[in-house]
Amino acid sequence: MSTSAITPVPLGRRLKRFMADRPLVPLIILLVILVVILQILRPGIVNERWIANTIKFAIPLAILAGCQTMTMLTGGIDLSVGTVATMSAFIMATQIVSQDPAVAFLLAMMPAVLIGLVNGIGVGVFRVHPLIMTLGTSLIGTGCLQVYQRTVIASGAKIPDFLAWLGTGVTYGFPNALLLFVPLAALIVFTLARTGFGRLLYAVGDNERATRLSGVQYWQVITALYVTSSMLAGITGLLYIGLIKAPSLSLAEPLVLPSVAAAVIGGTSIFGGRGGYTGTIIGALILTVLTTLLTILQMPEGARRILFGLIVLFVTAAYLRIVEER
Amino acid sequence: MTTSPLLDATGVAKNYGAVAALRNASLSVLPGEVHALMGANGAGKSTLVKILTGAISANAGRILIRGEARDIRSPAAARRAGLLPVYQEPSLIPDLDVLSNLRLTGTPVEPFRAWVRELGIADLDLRDSARDIPLAVLRVLDLARALAVEPDVLLLDEMTAALPANLAEKVLEVVRRQGDAGRAVIFISHRFVEIAALCDRATVLRDGETVGVVDIVPGVEEEIVELMLGTRIEKAKVAARSVSEKAASAPARPRITVKNLRVGIKLSDVSFDLADGEVAGVVALEGQGQDELFAALAGSIRPSGGTIEVDGQAVKFSHPIDAIRSGIAYVPGDRSEALAMQRSVRENIALPFSAALRNWGPIHMRKERATVQSAIQRLQIDTRAQGEVQRLSGGNQQKVTIARWIAADARTILCFDPTRGIDVGTKQEIYKLLRELAGHGKSVLFYTSELEEVQRVCDRVIVIFGGRLVDIFRVEEADESALMRAAYGLPRGAKADIGILADPQSPSSGTTP
Repeated sequence: MSTSAITPVPLGRRLKRFMADRPLVPLIILLVILVVILQILRPGIVNERWIANTIKFAIPLAILAGCQTMTMLTGGIDLSVGTVATMSAFIMATQIVSQDPAVAFLLAMMPAVLIGLVNGIGVGVFRVHPLIMTLGTSLIGTGCLQVYQRTVIASGAKIPDFLAWLGTGVTYGFPNALLLFVPLAALIVFTLARTGFGRLLYAVGDNERATRLSGVQYWQVITALYVTSSMLAGITGLLYIGLIKAPSLSLAEPLVLPSVAAAVIGGTSIFGGRGGYTGTIIGALILTVLTTLLTILQMPEGARRILFGLIVLFVTAAYLRIVEER
Repeated sequence: MTTSPLLDATGVAKNYGAVAALRNASLSVLPGEVHALMGANGAGKSTLVKILTGAISANAGRILIRGEARDIRSPAAARRAGLLPVYQEPSLIPDLDVLSNLRLTGTPVEPFRAWVRELGIADLDLRDSARDIPLAVLRVLDLARALAVEPDVLLLDEMTAALPANLAEKVLEVVRRQGDAGRAVIFISHRFVEIAALCDRATVLRDGETVGVVDIVPGVEEEIVELMLGTRIEKAKVAARSVSEKAASAPARPRITVKNLRVGIKLSDVSFDLADGEVAGVVALEGQGQDELFAALAGSIRPSGGTIEVDGQAVKFSHPIDAIRSGIAYVPGDRSEALAMQRSVRENIALPFSAALRNWGPIHMRKERATVQSAIQRLQIDTRAQGEVQRLSGGNQQKVTIARWIAADARTILCFDPTRGIDVGTKQEIYKLLRELAGHGKSVLFYTSELEEVQRVCDRVIVIFGGRLVDIFRVEEADESALMRAAYGLPRGAKADIGILADPQSPSSGTTP
């Protein structure tokens, strides 16, 4: 029938189509809803200071989630980011006591580069599954850090002023960490969208065989990727120690799984080939707000974790249903 | 005949969407006979076999077993009805030992052992896991496993492929005796020599229909070839063809010279050359080593012997990038192998640009858009759904895989069955494009499973059979039936006598009666 052609598309369908075309919209809506709930539960909590605080805590998570986004695009994952961040933070805090800041920085970044290189070669050349590879190097890194801790136990530790300023400082209402994060995020977004390397990450994750036939050398891409990921994690560690101000051997470890969750909520597929960093940033914000929300509900720790897990699962499932066609 | 058939299938049809894989196929097998099932690629042999063995169900048709109508809905049902297949791929589970594999299918062990010995394997340890057993032996074990349950009808798909001569001989002997014992064997093979030595009758399929049942008598090959081809109308060659005729005939230094190329056991001693400005067609039945030939030229696999020269320089490819640097691009037959399905048309076409380390930096978007756009226009890709390649039609996807190398300006394109499963209009466009490429001085190596395409597109024909190059000739020298004969290893007309497999006395055929 020709009349069926002009039947208007139902509103629900149209809305779905709209959201499928702009996957960021439902995420932003969710973020706003969470903030509104928070405001209703604790009227007045949402103010300039709260926002600055939320952003401060979301940034380290967002950078680590950036590592996950990039590795997940190739069908991988980087579970060593927590250890790498912890190592660079711990080494920075202990070396700054006796070394020049620049030297301390280089020393702090060394394990990051090394672990990234080992991850990349393991995954790219020897084809170890990224989950196992990065878990393995993460354990090795933690062990090394424990050994290292004994050698520096007498020298003590301090937080460099600059990192404390960057991690916790606020200028004109804006957290100083944004000075680091905005260029970094812009660089990641640009890399993924507009550079040859970014294209290859998507393509390798989508169909490795096709990239091989097009002349792409898998190990090069993967090695560069894991080194980049690890270096980002190292930088996150430095920022995070400025924020937390208490070096410990498990400093950034609690961020690892949320960083994966933030990337997944942000729409990056763990099977590779699809996703992007802007979604991940919002995913990190959502998780941070969610954590605040669950904290002020004053539930026991166990219940809070259960709820956190359930919400992450629900949001991810719902989001995929909205964004994916069919 | 007075005996009633063991298996009688009539009017079998199967549609996949709008495509009819089988229209009206019939197959009748008498007790005590070895019956050949023949047909060109895509004629519907494998569909018919799958229906008979319960792997898929037919849309129409009637299957009688010993005169009773049976509805074979699953492989288990086929087994109960006495129909047992041995497929081309080994079916033992690699991680289990032979004994556990037997238990899995409830195969009696003693008869199995007896058959294994009968088939010429003296020293089989049933505790070996299937993974450690060589391919040829695995195929024989599959056969022994089938024989051990004494099926009424045994279905053998290319049973002797990948078998060394001594094993093949034993297998044929045993199959022959099956027939003598009053059971029936359906024998699918491309090898006329074997069929002549073994079979009583042959059913020939063409375009999903049974077009004839013939008794195997000396000289029946010609009749079978004619049946497989049918009376096809001589089609006009693509117009663009004559334009490049001159360029192709000019004596040119070969672009690529292949000498004594060998790849494992699949391909041996293949030598030919490819000139600028020509389209060379590779004619081969499925699995004759053409896959390995293309993969070796594309740098996907390393040849185990022989040399490849590009522009007179010997080259060694260890990764496709090496071939691409020499200007050789490979378009695989399976589109899902070449495309990043979730990415856009543009990204897929531009993929080779980013491959090299030095091109990992920022992309010059405007320049890229222009290059990609011109390739899209050249191939007339329908870009309405260009956001994700997986939303394009098969023909358009295939065009994207070719457009990639047009955009990259590759000098030599290896096209492996590029027209498989795409519509007629797109096929025509691809023929024209390949001719144009040759007209512009590029060289194309073109394998196709459809013989008529060879005459439309190619300048020269390279025939491969059983992993060996059996013939090279200019396309004008052969019509379609000559090509078909060549593909089946039969001599091409009276003047050609080089095809080694055409000689039934040749040891490599392994089937001397």
